[in-house]
Amino acid sequence: MDWINAIIQGALLGGLYALFAAGLSLIFGVMRLVNIAHGDLIVLSAYVALTTSVGLGLNPLLALVIVVPVMAAFGYALQRLILNRTMGDDLLPPLLVTFGLSVIIQNALLMGYSADPQKLQAGPIETASVSLGPITLGVMPVLVFAVAVAVIAGLQWMFYRTALGRAFRATSDRQDIAQLMGLNRAHVFGLAMALSLAVTALAGVFLGIRTSFDPAAGASRLIFGFEAVIIGGLGNLWGTLGGGVILGIAQTLGAKINPGYQILAGHLVFLLILAIRPRGLFPRMDG
Amino acid sequence: MAILELSGVRKAFGAITVADDQSWSLEEGEALGVIGPNGAGKTTMFNLVTGTLPVDGGTIRLSGEDITQWPAARRCRAGLARSFQVPQPFGGMTIFENAFVAATQGAGLGVDEAEALCLDVLDRTGLLRKANTMAGGLTLLERKRLELARAMCARPRVLLLDEIAGGLTEHECKSLIETINRLRATGISIVWIEHVVHALLAVVDRLIVIDFGRKIAEGEPRAIMDSREVREIYLGIEADA
Repeated sequence: MDWINAIIQGALLGGLYALFAAGLSLIFGVMRLVNIAHGDLIVLSAYVALTTSVGLGLNPLLALVIVVPVMAAFGYALQRLILNRTMGDDLLPPLLVTFGLSVIIQNALLMGYSADPQKLQAGPIETASVSLGPITLGVMPVLVFAVAVAVIAGLQWMFYRTALGRAFRATSDRQDIAQLMGLNRAHVFGLAMALSLAVTALAGVFLGIRTSFDPAAGASRLIFGFEAVIIGGLGNLWGTLGGGVILGIAQTLGAKINPGYQILAGHLVFLLILAIRPRGLFPRMDG
Repeated sequence: MAILELSGVRKAFGAITVADDQSWSLEEGEALGVIGPNGAGKTTMFNLVTGTLPVDGGTIRLSGEDITQWPAARRCRAGLARSFQVPQPFGGMTIFENAFVAATQGAGLGVDEAEALCLDVLDRTGLLRKANTMAGGLTLLERKRLELARAMCARPRVLLLDEIAGGLTEHECKSLIETINRLRATGISIVWIEHVVHALLAVVDRLIVIDFGRKIAEGEPRAIMDSREVREIYLGIEADA
């Protein structure tokens, strides 16, 4: 029964990883931008939530109402003012710039908040749980997983059913022709980054409620995000959720064997899948 | 007033001049044909007009407004649309979605209006049956039609057509001419680059001839086709014209 419990907890943890990954997947899909600063942006969101919730005396979950738009606006500005200047045929310049951004965010957070670990206090909901027979589920993990499913479903719907989604896909398909169809590439990219950071804001707040974080916590979140995207298959949003779940289960099962194996088990499963299915488990058919 | 006007437009790639002091204009509602040998700079001229390439000098005006420095997307929204000689669909999207992007972004329509326009245009271009097919898997003829349909969905005031009749059968060519003439009747001004001269002559009011990036002749289509310069240039390709 312990094992089944571990699998369920792992699957729920996968929801958080899918949220880490969704923003990453989205901007890679739309503009082939590999965002090395993504993990740090998740941590930055957690700090923005910390300041907001402490400053205004809000529950961090309510602070989302402020954090999500703030991060989205930050994403739009970041893309228009900095990243768009580096976009082109070459993947390397934006990669390097986001790497620099990662260093800047970490050090700015270090200056502003010190290296002490922080945590978002969400109150009784953190420890609340529901029992389903022998299995006990935490309310927060279930909530996070439900939000992850909703976010993925929302993004999927947006991509295939709305004018904005079609603009994203057209730009991703042929940037030059998209511009001749009246699409302003700089604006479309800005919107994609805004959306990505809106999802990142959710991920950051949930991360901060789940565990303590410090300015250097971004790097491992970036890796979990990449692993979830690649396990699931590039360009497949539901695959990203699947990838997150697989990674989460691998980690909790690893921890069950030996608490020191948690992270290692996740990486091993990732490498194994990469070796067997280099394009991920659910690659997009037309990719 | 001219709806599209080029004056002294120049462009060079290194030592190769592809547009040499080009000046011409297109009147509202007019159809202008462009002919010239391969490599004369006809497609480059379209790239300059739509903003895909920046000019080295000269000005381009749309309805009297200087658009020379405008980005491509803004020119499209202002009413300039083009089709490509080598079709360039969004391969990962359906035919309908290809048209829909042009209608929502280029023409700036709301979802309902855009949908109605797309269905109408796809019907007129014979693509309605395949509306939900991925554009990546189309035949050449279908891709050419999609080029035209997508340009039409951007609701242009000026439509630039680049060798849209090339590779079509006689019958297909006839229906294309009908489609273009119907478009003209709605008031759209057209610039059409074409090697299939009889198709061109069935539509255009005026003809310009471009060679080595220069405009070498301009005037009434029949007179131009009978002129000595054109006969000389076209001697090699007159057989299939």
